[in-house]
Amino acid sequence: MAFQVELPQVGESVTEGVIGKWLVAEGDRVRKYDPLVEVITDKVNMEMPSPVSGVIARIVAQEGETLPMGAVIAEIDADEGEVAAAPLSPADTLGSLVQGLAVGPTGAANVPQASPTAPPAGGRNSPAVRRLAEQHGVDLSQVRGTGIGGRVTRKDIESHIESGGPGEATGDGAGDRRIPVTPIRKMIAANMVRSASEIPHVWFTVEVDVTGLVALREAVKERFRADSGHPITYLAFAVSAAAGALRAHSMVNARWDGDEITLRGRVNIGIAVATPDALIVPVIRDADRLTVAELASEIDRLTGAARSGSLKTEDVQGGTFTVNNTGALGWVSSGPLIVPGQAAIITTESVVKRPVVLGDESIAVRSMMNLCMSFDHRLLDGANAGAFLQAVKTSLEAIGPDTSPDSRLGAE
Amino acid sequence: MREEMVRDETVFVLGEDIGARGGVFLATDGFLEEFGSERVIDTPLAESSIAGVAMGAAMHGMRPIAEIEFADFIWPVFNQVVGEAARARYGTDGKMHVPMVLRAPYGGGIRGGLFHSQSPEAYFAHTPGLKVVAPATPYDAKGLLKAAIRDDDPVVFLEHKRTYRLVKGEVPDGDYTLPIGRADVKIAGDDVTVVTYGLMLHHCAEAARALADDGIGVELIDLRTLRPLDGETVLNSARKTGRLLIVHEDTMALGIGAEISAIVAEHAFDHLDAPVRRLAGPEVPPMPFSPPLEAEFMISSEQIAGAIRELAAY
Repeated sequence: MAFQVELPQVGESVTEGVIGKWLVAEGDRVRKYDPLVEVITDKVNMEMPSPVSGVIARIVAQEGETLPMGAVIAEIDADEGEVAAAPLSPADTLGSLVQGLAVGPTGAANVPQASPTAPPAGGRNSPAVRRLAEQHGVDLSQVRGTGIGGRVTRKDIESHIESGGPGEATGDGAGDRRIPVTPIRKMIAANMVRSASEIPHVWFTVEVDVTGLVALREAVKERFRADSGHPITYLAFAVSAAAGALRAHSMVNARWDGDEITLRGRVNIGIAVATPDALIVPVIRDADRLTVAELASEIDRLTGAARSGSLKTEDVQGGTFTVNNTGALGWVSSGPLIVPGQAAIITTESVVKRPVVLGDESIAVRSMMNLCMSFDHRLLDGANAGAFLQAVKTSLEAIGPDTSPDSRLGAE
Repeated sequence: MREEMVRDETVFVLGEDIGARGGVFLATDGFLEEFGSERVIDTPLAESSIAGVAMGAAMHGMRPIAEIEFADFIWPVFNQVVGEAARARYGTDGKMHVPMVLRAPYGGGIRGGLFHSQSPEAYFAHTPGLKVVAPATPYDAKGLLKAAIRDDDPVVFLEHKRTYRLVKGEVPDGDYTLPIGRADVKIAGDDVTVVTYGLMLHHCAEAARALADDGIGVELIDLRTLRPLDGETVLNSARKTGRLLIVHEDTMALGIGAEISAIVAEHAFDHLDAPVRRLAGPEVPPMPFSPPLEAEFMISSEQIAGAIRELAAY
């Protein structure tokens, strides 16, 4: 019996998903819970398990296609007894079978009433476009479409080829290589464009004297690793300091909703993790309730999972603020883009030894670190954003030999 | 017709009211006086006998031009033409053939109502052994009618009634013929191919001229002959533009547009950049009497322009 596999609801406020790689082919036999397909939502890959046992009859959704939750993505010829519990699809009733079909007054033809020149569904390309793309080796995702709904027309592809598209390109384009954009890259691109175009960013930097932090970390890191199995990183301290400051500066832990501002009840801090082909931001939940040691363990777990691709959907959802350790890249300054839906992002830059003039007018070699912040000027101003970052700085500079990794920074 | 009757003594005309009255549309006005009643024959009101007599004469060396007063009354002729004349050459192994022309004024938009507005072309165009010609301009009409008269097999020659007085055009004096089975590119363009025939050619041309101002280049093809269809001309244009609209006044289902569409789908699939579209009469049995309903039945140049615009934007 045919069972229609729908794109499942995989998390709150997720309304659509991108089909990643199909892990099965038409004709394959699958058991219930076998992985069927990679679904990409909100920067994470998840493997969708088969809801029934049976044989893949038809794969409906194409790789790279963006579909709403509930959309049919495949059909499985389910084994007997498998489908009893599954709800009848609407098409199983005769009434809906004839819905949308118009029978002319003389019964000339039974065809859908929609105009044949209505916008094409699912970005399909016309035969002419496909033929030209094949002949000239054009990657259609690189061609700007001017047709209805952004469709790539034959003229678009012809002018693309004329303008020295790939193929046997000479001159400036010689030696160029074109690579397809992965679904996750597209999603990152869309988020970044949204961030850069919607959010009025302001960015600034404070200098933090982390001499005490460096000394403490050097003192405890061997024992910490031996005891917990995790490295203790500067990032864990920075996240702890930020989490503590966010509790006191609720406007930084907020979301711009147009007519109102939502002050977030929880402090969930995203940390940016680079993988070979993407940037993933797993989320540390309730970071304000965790000690530095607990944060270090959680950061280690999440970065490991991000790099091995085993993050769960909930691991990347619900972030209210982001900390990015650009110091790991050797940077000393950056102007990061805010994750849409959050009010600000901070970066911890490289720790560098520098001569510093101290309060008593003496010059000393100190470990200095820049702390950069971008904030959304719609809901934050220099004063409250600056007060927040000052609080983070104060927490980090207050770290001394007696600070315990089992404490929370900035906690009253 | 006059020139052909002068040129060839075997050519003669027969039909209702074509003699003393000169034909209902005055196509044979003055013929009786010029050629006499042996070559200009007023017939009884019996269409099947008009066709039957013509077919018999044609089988015996004459070249009759039979007129059906209105194409609406062509149905009694169906058996003579489709059942007999179209098969004569094949059925006699080429020993007999039927060089007759069946002229019939057709089409609506002239307040003709249910029985003076029909478009019967699809029925005849379906029949192997027949030729079906439907010119749209005076120049084409003369050249094709001469070719039809000189053709050695039966030709159904359809003349749209609304083009009789509405359309004017240069017609050279003297003898010329145009090949049956050859379409004509009336307007050249690069963006959308529009294929049509008969009265609709003029509506399509109006639409094409309006769209030229908007930078949409329409290639307008007048089929002129509906059987045999000039697939080559249509395919060349469809391959060039990748976008095809077919317009006819006759109803849509299983009509000329369906055949054109199938030819293009079969032979130019890889060049299509948009779905093939048809604009045709609605699936209603007759042309309505009521003027607003008749206007609704007929395809307007605005509708055509709208469809071309959609195709161009696709």
